[in-house]
Amino acid sequence: MLSTVPTLPPIIALAIRPLPLMPLQPLLALLVQRIKQHHPGIFERLDCHAEKRFGIDPTDLPFAFVLEPQRLRPRLFAVRTLPTDLDVRIGGSFACLTGLIDGDLDGDALFFSRDVVIEGDIEAVLALRNAIDDAQVDMLGEALGPLSQWKGPVRRILEEIVRVLTLFDRIATRA
Amino acid sequence: MELICPAGTPAALRVAVEAGADAVYCGFRDETNARNFPGLNFNRDELRTAIRFAHQRGAKVLVAINTFPRAGALSLWHEAVRDAVEAEADALILADIGLLDYARRRYPKQRLHVSVQAAAANPDAIRFYTEMFGVRRVVLPRVLTVQEIAAITKETVCETEVFVFGGLCVMAEGRCSLSSYATGKSPNMQGVCSPASHVKYEARNGRIVSRLGDFTINAFEKDEPAGYPTLCKGRFATEHGAGYIFEEPVSLDAAVILPALRDAGVTALKIEGRQRSRAYIEGVVRSFRAALEALDAGMPVETAALARMAEGQTSTVGAYRKTWR
Repeated sequence: MLSTVPTLPPIIALAIRPLPLMPLQPLLALLVQRIKQHHPGIFERLDCHAEKRFGIDPTDLPFAFVLEPQRLRPRLFAVRTLPTDLDVRIGGSFACLTGLIDGDLDGDALFFSRDVVIEGDIEAVLALRNAIDDAQVDMLGEALGPLSQWKGPVRRILEEIVRVLTLFDRIATRA
Repeated sequence: MELICPAGTPAALRVAVEAGADAVYCGFRDETNARNFPGLNFNRDELRTAIRFAHQRGAKVLVAINTFPRAGALSLWHEAVRDAVEAEADALILADIGLLDYARRRYPKQRLHVSVQAAAANPDAIRFYTEMFGVRRVVLPRVLTVQEIAAITKETVCETEVFVFGGLCVMAEGRCSLSSYATGKSPNMQGVCSPASHVKYEARNGRIVSRLGDFTINAFEKDEPAGYPTLCKGRFATEHGAGYIFEEPVSLDAAVILPALRDAGVTALKIEGRQRSRAYIEGVVRSFRAALEALDAGMPVETAALARMAEGQTSTVGAYRKTWR
């Protein structure tokens, strides 16, 4: 059985690889501030693990994220390659990682199916996973901020783009 | 039969209730319960709110205080009993004889259940708990056949609760020392089996090697489903060859024998997994609620596609139909 979670078509990674990461950084900073404001319980559950540094690697995208949850000044930023001095590295497809945050997927099941790979401080991984699962973070809603009422249509548009690109990628691969 | 569901967080408890749990079991955020994992469990305020939420929807909350207290630190366990009673828990799930005695004397009206951690696996043991502490229900260890469960249920006045899904502990629970041997910590005392603090995963050429303390537990090939890093599910090289010595990475799924468990006189069915996510709880609870409704309606019980939730992506009915190797 193994994996049941789809990966993004390689054409997406190819298309966004040349783009600079700079414009992404303020959006990520805003996102993490909104999450801090709306879900303070995450930090209580993280406890001492809030001071750890987490590397999050969407394996089907050409960049990764570093999360430093620190209670007072949480940071989230994008990097081309994860630094080596992280406490934790969590790798998996973009759909896996967002599914974990949205609460649609089970972390242990993704570990059993080898969809998610974890390395480093396993206590910190569990604390982060449990804190996020309890917080019920609506990632897309938080990202859209005041426009969150458009979350449904935005999600459908994004899913449609991925569907079309996946189809295109399959046709291109066959040709 | 009642459906007893796990919750490691308030959000998970709400999901379990909405998905059809008759009762939800949970624990405090400390070493008084056998799922003392980082970021998991309830503080006192969360428990009170969760119990109110469940009661408003007709569900019960059972509080697990099922580790064995440390000498010299009894107050932690006594406070847990007091706070759970004051929060109006519907039952306490206890394993330690001293704690059962304390709870019975201090809070005589409180309903008490015997935890699986007590390893009460025969009528004499269960009779002891009912006569000495007035317990109303015993959670049976996962080492009995359906016939043995039927015999126990017939011989005792106590309700019985059995596991039907989730992590499969194949040992005499509450007595197992494998985790202590490897790490110095155990589910019995600290509430952690194979504690995360002692677990390491190493990626080696597509293989994942899992380690617990100084022991290599397993090495999973590229396309092989993985399992938890517990010694009882480890793959070892011995003089008889390499393989699984105690049990393979596998989860319990007893959906197919629900009619037999009902006929055996079982009162409640328990789903394991307080450490699992909302997604797991929703999927498994809904599946077993549908199975129980089918059973009550005299319809065939559908076995749901829960294999992806299972350790090693493999399920078993375990000792319920165990044949010894």
